Amino acid sequence: MTVTEDESGREGADAEDNLDDADDADGRSGGAEGAPDDGYVPSQRRLERERYRRTRARRATAIAALSTLVTGAVLYLVVVGAPGWPRARETFFDEQYAREAFPKVLEGLWLNVRLLLVCGAAVLVLGMLIAVARTLRGPVFFPLRALAAAYTDFFRGLPLIINLMIVVLGVPALRLQGVTVDPVLLGGTALTLTYSAYVAEVFRAGIESVHPSQRAAARSLGLNNRQALRHVVLPQAVRRQVPPLLNDLVSLQKDTGLVSIGGAIDAVRAADIIVGRSLNYTPYIVAGLVFVALTIPMTRFTDWVTARMDRQRAQGGTT
Amino acid sequence: MSDAPAPRTPAPQTPAPRTPSGAPPAPVLRMESVRKTFGGSVVLRDVDLEVAPHTVTALIGASGSGKSTLLRCANLLEDIDDGAIWLDGEEITDPRADQDAVRRRIGVVFQAYNLFPHMTVLENITLAPRRVHGIARAQAEKHAGELLERLGLAGKAGEYPDRLSGGQQQRVAIVRALAVRPRLLLLDEITAALDPELVGEVLNVVRDLKADGMTMVLATHEMGFAREVADQVCFLDGGVVLERGTAEQLFGDPQQDRTRRFLRRIVEAGRL
Repeated sequence: MTVTEDESGREGADAEDNLDDADDADGRSGGAEGAPDDGYVPSQRRLERERYRRTRARRATAIAALSTLVTGAVLYLVVVGAPGWPRARETFFDEQYAREAFPKVLEGLWLNVRLLLVCGAAVLVLGMLIAVARTLRGPVFFPLRALAAAYTDFFRGLPLIINLMIVVLGVPALRLQGVTVDPVLLGGTALTLTYSAYVAEVFRAGIESVHPSQRAAARSLGLNNRQALRHVVLPQAVRRQVPPLLNDLVSLQKDTGLVSIGGAIDAVRAADIIVGRSLNYTPYIVAGLVFVALTIPMTRFTDWVTARMDRQRAQGGTT
Repeated sequence: MSDAPAPRTPAPQTPAPRTPSGAPPAPVLRMESVRKTFGGSVVLRDVDLEVAPHTVTALIGASGSGKSTLLRCANLLEDIDDGAIWLDGEEITDPRADQDAVRRRIGVVFQAYNLFPHMTVLENITLAPRRVHGIARAQAEKHAGELLERLGLAGKAGEYPDRLSGGQQQRVAIVRALAVRPRLLLLDEITAALDPELVGEVLNVVRDLKADGMTMVLATHEMGFAREVADQVCFLDGGVVLERGTAEQLFGDPQQDRTRRFLRRIVEAGRL
């Protein structure tokens, strides 16, 4: 073999290395990170620039702090200065009721979490099946393709609340033998129906975003259509769609609160019960805050994953 | 690719080998009157081609002359409109032919490498042997390791493609195509996307494959290389094989005016 050995022998290039650097094999001591040991002394020009940048950074921080303070003060004055504030504070921010509602709401929240886990798993599986059904070729699969397309069109258009009412209230009204009337199960079914349609579209977009040359390469190796989809297209599609999928999961998490319309005692319903008795709305605020607290970690996680993937792409990765 | 069969006019009914006994061996690949259109434009017009075993055929011509399309048709990545293609005497353009089985016998290397970015080098190479040919993992990996070693890629098995240089990626793509022990290798402008200093390492691999007796068809802009390795050179122009012959004939004494003009432009660009 006459192929040069020097670059194939170069092992363990550091993570910041991009494709272009990978080509020049010789004389690379130290990476972009860490101080190279070559007796370099920063020039006056560099020191002056860094001084200037530090001053500007300090000024920016000061401006941000001041502006936050002013905004906060204005908001406070607007809310507290509102003519109905004393009354609103009583009905929405009553410490007594908050204390009473919190444990009940937390108890109800456990139902929301379980719904999220079960529905989330069901949605991923169903969404994937629908997405794959839509990409099947060949005349045999026409009914399946049409069905999948009709499904996504219908459930993406149908407001979730109406879907819930139809399933949770309509199905028991049919008095079918052997079909559950449990509002939790029915509510979960309705959530799954709607979210599967959303997630199917996310997966389908992912499948279509994989460049046709990847499929061509797979087929040229003798993989059949199914194998190409399974080993080459889907893994790349799913990886790319992780951020939008997590986004839909966050959305599903808060929408589990809607099963309360069927009477299932989740966090929202638990608050509702206290409100109905006391005519004080503080429990709703508590339930709302609890949901926000639950979604924040998930949202942060989504952001983190997205940022990480963007970074990889920027480095010349082909995710 | 669409699975819907392309509209076809009746193909010639004479796939019988025309070689009398004692004549040169039957061609690995044979194309007859192949026609391919995309929408309104005719990309290949009445193309005939014969590739004898253990020979290298170079397709040259300007961009858009139909070189890549010809290769894609030979691998059934594109349906042809008319004509017929035979692989080892079997008509592969017959709609009843098993297309996946045909592709298993033909290796393809693409201009843009087309490695699978979510798989390591080793996984890229062993995917088809394991999933398509049912070879045990250990055996597939051993074979992959030997090929990597031969192509100067030892130690790269665990890397992901985007950590490699273009030349390395293209060599991995060649290993991937070789791993299924193809009968025929199609190389589609495999150096066109490479930095000039990386072209050599890939061309060296092709030289070695020729020495091993691999049957190859390559579309290329590297005229010097085509002249050196090709047993047969075809000059494509406007979807037609305008001129063909040995490298010596075609580069040394081109008969057609258009061929001469094309080669002159190449020389002026310093590529020959």
